[in-house]
Amino acid sequence: MQNLNTYRAGPDERGHFGIFGGRYVAETLMPLILEVEKAYAAAKGDPAFLDEFRYWLKNYVGRPNPLYFAGRLTEAFGGARIYLKREDLNHTGAHKINNCIGQILLARRMGKRRIIAETGAGQHGVATATVCALFGLECVVYMGATDIERQAPNVYRMKLLGAEVRPVTSGAATLKDAMNDALRDWVTNVADTYYLIGTVAGPHPYPAMVRDFQSVIGEEVRAQIMEAEGRLPDSLVACIGGGSNAMGLFHPFLDDKDVRIIGVEAAGFGLDKLHAASLTGGKPGVLHGNRTYLLQDGHGQIDEAHSISAGLDYPGIGPEHAWLHDIGRVEYASVTDDEALEAFQRLTRLEGIIPALESSHAIAHAGKIAGTLPKDHLMVVNLSGRGDKDVNTVARALGDATLGGL
Amino acid sequence: MSRLGRRFMKLAAEDRAALVTYTMACDPDRATSQAILNGLPAAGADIIEVGMPFTDPMADGPAIQLAAQRSLKAGGSLTLTLEMIAEFRKADDATPVVLMGYYNPVYVWGPEKFCADAAKAGIDGLILVDLPPEEAGELVPHCRANKIDFIFLTTPTSDDARLPAIVAEASGFVYYVSIAGITGTASASGAAIEEAVERIRRHTPLPVCVGFGIKTPEQAAEVARIADGVVVGSAIVAAAAEAAGTDKAVSAPLDLVRKLAEGVKAARR
Repeated sequence: MQNLNTYRAGPDERGHFGIFGGRYVAETLMPLILEVEKAYAAAKGDPAFLDEFRYWLKNYVGRPNPLYFAGRLTEAFGGARIYLKREDLNHTGAHKINNCIGQILLARRMGKRRIIAETGAGQHGVATATVCALFGLECVVYMGATDIERQAPNVYRMKLLGAEVRPVTSGAATLKDAMNDALRDWVTNVADTYYLIGTVAGPHPYPAMVRDFQSVIGEEVRAQIMEAEGRLPDSLVACIGGGSNAMGLFHPFLDDKDVRIIGVEAAGFGLDKLHAASLTGGKPGVLHGNRTYLLQDGHGQIDEAHSISAGLDYPGIGPEHAWLHDIGRVEYASVTDDEALEAFQRLTRLEGIIPALESSHAIAHAGKIAGTLPKDHLMVVNLSGRGDKDVNTVARALGDATLGGL
Repeated sequence: MSRLGRRFMKLAAEDRAALVTYTMACDPDRATSQAILNGLPAAGADIIEVGMPFTDPMADGPAIQLAAQRSLKAGGSLTLTLEMIAEFRKADDATPVVLMGYYNPVYVWGPEKFCADAAKAGIDGLILVDLPPEEAGELVPHCRANKIDFIFLTTPTSDDARLPAIVAEASGFVYYVSIAGITGTASASGAAIEEAVERIRRHTPLPVCVGFGIKTPEQAAEVARIADGVVVGSAIVAAAAEAAGTDKAVSAPLDLVRKLAEGVKAARR
């Protein structure tokens, strides 16, 4: 399928990255999926659409955001020069809005008036509710009851923005279950509803489309690091749940073979316990419209994932990551809850930046390897979101005594 | 001729539609579920669908979601599902059995090996909700090699442009999902079902069975006048759930099947 000279040509016309990806959905949804694919193919070749996308990214999201040299963090890690891509400074506080702008413009082109979304940490839900408010569209967000409890501030933000947040109580009541219910809604309301998927997963064309909208991250980094250092980075590090912030950073660099690329999964309580590291601890399977690596038992039943970070608490991963893993272009590592919590505090104290718990996984892994790298090594870490939404979770996890004693 | 082919031929001779029943394997436990399964032909089921439990039944409404959860809690699996069918076959070699569920457990088993093992257990057909024609190429040849009918779903959104591609690979029967939605919720009108069934028949000579949203003997009778088969799932599953743990755990769902069968049999075409 792929042109052998590039890692950036996928997926093939049927939405496959190697054996991964595809369109494993109910027949009721197939015509609609094909309609989304056709509409997106037309939109991405339409300069007016791309101009509009860039307009909202610049004037509404606030792009480009900085590529910030983290001097004190670099010093503390004792090796590589650490740059942070400041997706946390976007409107709504995370990278999720990039994709939401792109997809809401597509939904409008398709004449859809009702938008549904799933959310884990609430960042994608907030971003979706935001663009729906911006364009006056009805918005329903499915969110696991467990996540509603641990991400209360984001739930209230969505309600303020006019969205209806529907609690999902099936399974472990987290992101996977929210996606099941969103699919059930979509199949019931095919005529007027657009499903705004928040990550590089789901049936084709979503993995490729979300990647394309998020690739603005990596494209900006290329230009910014050239301006700051006069050369490309030596390594890229990003956290991975479904993998959209990582794919957005990685994709523009996949063919730069000297750039080492590292995705960081959530190891939760540890890889031998409950975790969310699909590539490290899972095997290929089919769920939510695509074939990818999944946490599952020997009978093909999907396991519950666990991460302290609601945004990484998902037993699967985008199919393009699964493919990049298998062909070896991208390295995948993992970081535990405790390591992420420590990195959360470290970045906050050293740089005055409170990172999302998701992004704290990337920071933690950077901290593990930066010290082993030379001082002229340029490392870009994606700071995918801000951590205001996590302060309650962190306070609960650490307790006041630990916070005071840092 | 396959069991499904023979069964539809027999029903055509009787000038009536098939009652297709759905129950979930191992719900609420293996023994009760086996007793219900074994009792279905005598209660009036012409074709039996057995649900394969899955953690994430995305096309199912609350009744079958809960059935899958009960089944998994009781140790339900694809392995036990095949064992149940093999057990059923010891006493019944005529009633077609079709497995229905989601692709992942089959994929993890290995499509080729699964089809061989399923055929050995006495399974006649396979319905996988999340394996549309676009992706079915990795499984259908193995089904065919093992004489298992892969049954494709058609829906209110499958238009005339799409139907030929769907029925091209179909065998056994064509399943018409009568609503855009999940199992056990809304019901389509008789007129809408009639229009759709006629449309599908323009594209295929295969029997057309209609499911989703059919709950009562009256509804079953109405659909039986239109289609070649009537599928009832959530209502039977809910009757089993309500009686679970009582002395009616087996008889309650079978009593409902008896009433549904009376409705279907009375509806001569």
